[in-house]
Amino acid sequence: MSDRVRLRIRFAKVGKIRWTSHRDVARMWERAFRRVELPLAYSEGFSPRPKVSFGLALPTGHESVAEFLDVELRGLAGVDLDRLADRLSAALPVGVDATAVSVLEPGTPSLQEDVTSCSWRWTAAPADGEEPVGEAEMRARVAGVMAAPTLEVTRSRKGTQVTEDVRPGILALEVVGDSLDGVVLEAELAAAPRAVRPAEVLSALGPGLEERHVRRTSQWIQRHGAPQEPLLAARDDATEAPHAMERAS
Amino acid sequence: MTGGSTFSFRSRVDRDMTSLWPQIEPILARVAKPARYIGCEDGAVTEGPIEGRVSWLLIYPDAYEVGLPNQGLQILYEILNERPGARAERTYSPWIDMEAQMRRRGLPLFSVDSHRPAGDFDVLAFNLSAELVYTNLLNCVDLAGVPVRSARRGPEHPLVVAGGHCTFNPEPLADFVDAFVIGDGEEVVGEVSAAIESWKAGGRTEGSRQRLLRDLATIPGVYVPSCYEVTYDGPAIAAVTPLYPDTPERVEKRTIADLGAWPYPRRQLVPMTEVVHDRLNVELFRGCTRGCRFCQAGMITRPVRERPAEQVLQMASDGLARTGYDEVSLTSLSSADYSGIDSTVRGIIDDPACRGQVSVSLPSLRVDAFTVGVASQIQKVRRTGLTFAPEAGTWRMRQVINKLIREEDLYGAVESAFSQGWRRVKLYFLTGLPTETDEDTLGIAELARNCVAVGRRHQKGVSVTASVGGFVPKPQTPFQWFGQATAEELQHRIALLRDATRRDRGVQLRWHDPKASLAEGIASRGDRRVGAVIEEVWRRGGVFQEWSEHFSLDLWTEAMARHGLSLEWYVHRDRDRDEVLPWAHISAGLHDDFLWQEWEDALAAAGTPDCRWTPCYDCGACTGYGLEHVVASNVAPAGGSQGTGQDLSTGAEVPVFLRPKAGAGVAGE
Repeated sequence: MSDRVRLRIRFAKVGKIRWTSHRDVARMWERAFRRVELPLAYSEGFSPRPKVSFGLALPTGHESVAEFLDVELRGLAGVDLDRLADRLSAALPVGVDATAVSVLEPGTPSLQEDVTSCSWRWTAAPADGEEPVGEAEMRARVAGVMAAPTLEVTRSRKGTQVTEDVRPGILALEVVGDSLDGVVLEAELAAAPRAVRPAEVLSALGPGLEERHVRRTSQWIQRHGAPQEPLLAARDDATEAPHAMERAS
Repeated sequence: MTGGSTFSFRSRVDRDMTSLWPQIEPILARVAKPARYIGCEDGAVTEGPIEGRVSWLLIYPDAYEVGLPNQGLQILYEILNERPGARAERTYSPWIDMEAQMRRRGLPLFSVDSHRPAGDFDVLAFNLSAELVYTNLLNCVDLAGVPVRSARRGPEHPLVVAGGHCTFNPEPLADFVDAFVIGDGEEVVGEVSAAIESWKAGGRTEGSRQRLLRDLATIPGVYVPSCYEVTYDGPAIAAVTPLYPDTPERVEKRTIADLGAWPYPRRQLVPMTEVVHDRLNVELFRGCTRGCRFCQAGMITRPVRERPAEQVLQMASDGLARTGYDEVSLTSLSSADYSGIDSTVRGIIDDPACRGQVSVSLPSLRVDAFTVGVASQIQKVRRTGLTFAPEAGTWRMRQVINKLIREEDLYGAVESAFSQGWRRVKLYFLTGLPTETDEDTLGIAELARNCVAVGRRHQKGVSVTASVGGFVPKPQTPFQWFGQATAEELQHRIALLRDATRRDRGVQLRWHDPKASLAEGIASRGDRRVGAVIEEVWRRGGVFQEWSEHFSLDLWTEAMARHGLSLEWYVHRDRDRDEVLPWAHISAGLHDDFLWQEWEDALAAAGTPDCRWTPCYDCGACTGYGLEHVVASNVAPAGGSQGTGQDLSTGAEVPVFLRPKAGAGVAGE
């Protein structure tokens, strides 16, 4: 239908609610959309579902201030875009907040197709019974990782051990400070062709480390040869909701 | 306890309850489904004062995803939190991986609302909906840092109480639970809370716990096992005697007269992670008059009390708007029996606020074409499967159990389903019933086959699933005297059905593990001596016995043998009329004569009609409590035999109390 329209929504997932899964978050959004009476477009067929598509799954337990979803509406009649993010945040659980909404230009590629990398921030804590790694030592290890031509990581996938080189997916990695729990790291990690996880970077930095306080801080897509945030890339008059984050503690 | 301990526990009682979240959080990355432990549900109460109030920890002793939807627990959660002097939080059994982490780190059981330690609450209140969770109750008490045996608890420990259907035979848990609440909890929970408030105000001094328990035992509907002595005559019970003059000889269940006065839950909890029955629930009525002799729920919840239709519509409308759910389930023991079910369903679907996106489900479909007609209104899309419960394969057997459904009723229902687009029909049956013969068992296969044949007149590739469970006789029912079938007999009956359905492509057979039925039988009709068995099964690691991957029959049978208890005595033998049953001092309001007459009628394969449509036969539930069935219509609805096995198409009026119409002001006859 011609008056159908897609919205892209940026949202945060922080606090206790981060222990819910990607599927759980999808159900929260479906309920929130119905609570604010958004005119959702439904799929055809035996079991009609709202047309909502999420970007990269966020691993259970990780926080994010840069999650995105696209939702298709039957139209924009009666929808106040300026207030939508705040109304959605009020209908979502504490810790999940809509922070910006934008109307997508027709033909905008999906998040899955478009996002090329993510920025992460996390703490490298010592695992149970292990000695902490100091900041200077961690800087040296980070330098080693960035200087290495390849970094093989072995993981089990459907019961078989698979060895892969994650080095090309580590686009940036640095130590940004120390904390009570351990050294704080920031990284930009590729989302495609293979998504690299902070845990894999951590295992490349040595044994005995455990990730804590993992937070996705940005997602990036490429436009005209430069990285851009998915929502700003979609349209430049995106509606920011500066107060939405206050509910999340 | 010495007097010296009094001082130390008082400081403990008065101290601020603090959140364990900082210690819990680091282990969540190591366990499956961490969202089970975070709370965060929409509707959860996490703020407001708790100090100085009676703090209740409501516990469903099974996994979060099973316990969270329990409506009984949610109703009490709201009622207590509305009470000025009380505060309620919730928790569930931590899954096995979480328990291992907690025990390794010395972390106690905690509430999911504000993550406070369970031992800091004044009351641990358990919902008991199934017998196989009993070992989980012991585990939760232990994880709370509280002695599992009531006799070892002191004034510094929380009170341990329990409610729910299983408490109609509280005896297997008599050594572990301080007080049981029998029947509807809405009113009595406030009375119990008030008694605990006084206990707290008095400083929980040495010896005060015993005084509190004696006080609780005088509240109607509250059973305190330690106020009763059980004497034995060999394996039999000689007598159950109250120890104090003010303790009643028999504890009568509590019943709320008017469901309309309790429109709960008002704020049904919306979980943030996957649970069973993840939808809005509105309770249509409580109680059931059908009189199925195997059904404990139907016997112990009488009389029927319908919620006014306007309130049902309001609760559905408000609930859907608040939660964002797109499905509402109209719950009861037999929802199609609700007066005006048709217009109520239509009212919800036509509510403009629903915008055509809401589906309505009836969890218990009556077996007739009328009911399928209602179902067809509400499932315009997603017509996948319908479930019916004929319960037995032959008319003779159905007369024994008093499920008076004629074969025509079933075929009419199935015909209606398949002709209106449903593809699958599921049929529930019981086996191991009193007087059941091989012919009765094989009748199950025959019914299923005939249903497939009916379906093939309308569609190719129809599928009928026959789901067969081993019958476990329950206390407070006419079958409480029946010797449960052995696991071998159940295996034989399942084998008969497997052979009989093997070559039928349209019939799928499913069955429940007969071993689990045996363990359930031990716990269902056990007496106080079975408590030692439950404790031993728990001590040997037998938790989550409702879950087939963790269930172990050997734990149960070995514990029975070790304590010199006979499976034959506790499970498999018929009881005599003059035997003192372990639950004889607990009353669901049913006359003993009525239950015994029903048992004799069962053995004679004689049915008893539904008393909603035929004259009262005085089971005791109405007359004993001065109550009436509260229904909105005294004219039998169209279609089928209404489970009476009779033709009710004449629409004769029946002697029931009619709820006055809103504003009419005068009660009916």
